[in-house]
Amino acid sequence: MTDGIIVSSETSEGAFELLTKGRELSKELNMELSALVIGNKNDKNMQSYFEYGAREVLLIPNSRTGTLDAETCTHVLSEIAKENGPDIILITSTRLGKEIAGRVAQRLQAGCVTDAVGLTIKDQELVIDRYALGGNTISSEIIKTRKKVVSIMPRTFEAHPVPVEGKIKTLDIEIPRRRVELIERRKKVGESVNIESAETLVCVGKGLSKKEDLSMLNELCAALKGELGCTRALSSDYHWISEDRMVGISGKRCKPKLHVSIGISGQIQHTVGIMSSKLIVAINKDKEAPIFKIADYGIVGDLYQVVPKLTQRIKMLGS
Amino acid sequence: MKQVVDLQQIRIKRDTREPVLEGLRVLFGDMDKNALEEAVRIKEKLGAKVTVLSVGSAKLKATVLEALAMGADEACIVLDPACEGSDTAASAMTLAAAIRKIGSYDLILVGEGSADNYSGQIGSRLAETLGIPQVTYVRELSIEGNTVTAVRDIEAALEVVKANTPLVISVTSEINKPRWPPLAQILRASRKPLNSWTLKDLGIDPSRVGSAASEVRVISNLAPEQERKGVIFEGDLDEAVGKLVNALRKERALP
Repeated sequence: MTDGIIVSSETSEGAFELLTKGRELSKELNMELSALVIGNKNDKNMQSYFEYGAREVLLIPNSRTGTLDAETCTHVLSEIAKENGPDIILITSTRLGKEIAGRVAQRLQAGCVTDAVGLTIKDQELVIDRYALGGNTISSEIIKTRKKVVSIMPRTFEAHPVPVEGKIKTLDIEIPRRRVELIERRKKVGESVNIESAETLVCVGKGLSKKEDLSMLNELCAALKGELGCTRALSSDYHWISEDRMVGISGKRCKPKLHVSIGISGQIQHTVGIMSSKLIVAINKDKEAPIFKIADYGIVGDLYQVVPKLTQRIKMLGS
Repeated sequence: MKQVVDLQQIRIKRDTREPVLEGLRVLFGDMDKNALEEAVRIKEKLGAKVTVLSVGSAKLKATVLEALAMGADEACIVLDPACEGSDTAASAMTLAAAIRKIGSYDLILVGEGSADNYSGQIGSRLAETLGIPQVTYVRELSIEGNTVTAVRDIEAALEVVKANTPLVISVTSEINKPRWPPLAQILRASRKPLNSWTLKDLGIDPSRVGSAASEVRVISNLAPEQERKGVIFEGDLDEAVGKLVNALRKERALP
């Protein structure tokens, strides 16, 4: 297969998003679309890749690979994409995916853009958007090499099924011995929260003066039926809130319908994670705080006064 | 370590949405400092020589003093106007050449991403170029002999992995808190060895770096368009909360 687009993701949901976008790109560029699956052949999900538009599913049986790791995935993807293999490689930009993207690009001597938030075709060229300068700007970029590696932020595109006929091709690729040995994998304890898919997100920052006061925020979240998120300071520095809830350039990027920002000045490292919210509400006592510049609605006031009042009002609506 | 402009100070031109970068001070990114701090801690615990390596502009000579003050023993900097506009591939090639010139090494520590573009490619490209393994997103590190045990954070899980040196390691901000160097260290920093190299010193043809050789072309780099309403309520808080709730109801944003 030449002139193709191949998608690779840790999860099938991730692959469906990329296939949905890949379908659009493959039509415009007149390219074949395939998906790489490293896993069990009997996986009932295999058929669903065709439902999202993959003409071909390339399968590496996981009996050959064991756990998914960057070294193995890099090897497999590079072997598939080299020479006459697909030219455009789309990878979900999880941490694993991002590492693989850089390594595959180096192996293929290809240009690479990571953490893409948009893909479009302009004059038959693939134009990739990503945040730059710490989130101050959006940079639109073109990869000049024939092989192009792009990692795309999770949940950038919405998956839509459009079933096609496709085939499964089992690949026989020699997997080299791992140089990095996995000793143990620990699921992160406590929460299995996924704030990235929350419809309503309340984020709190350094305006909160002590951990105990989080109860006030939890009450607001309950009233709004939303999830709680936070800035890096509150999770990485103070350890008040688990890192699963950290929003920003080194945390999660969310696109809720309603985002309520509380006691957050609005530094770009954090706001990058909320930029795609449909509606942004900011509460901050500093009228000059940058957060108000990106807000749809705001209240200038002390969060300790505003939040209880707001919670009460919203509760009253519900009763 | 990568020298970046002070991102907090970037202003956006209102008419064109272009960022204004002229005159901004330059510094090392936070996660680059995490990488350096970890190197210095390893040195303090096990004994090691810490070399700071950076490619950048003429201002780098001043920036690198901070890294030396934080505890690096030596700095190697690549200063060459031809590097201006290099993409990650060219930067990684330049760094790899400099690492080969330095000669022997056990660990190459990098931040998980630079403060400005956060592309996270340099570690991966270095590992591939030098043909050595890489452990990414490390938040805990311990070393015994030539075996490195690391706890890495891959979002849903933590992985404990083992690998032998030489090794590329990328660190996350959780790994440590970079120190503020005491004054005495700052004063001593300028007396530490600082090697300044050009591309010629590294045997790199200038046509292979810089914006002309870039594999990735930036066609525009502008602040996102703001389409926010910007309705801010001030004054009496009960009234403000009432107005806000009414507005949110109209937007159908409330449960």
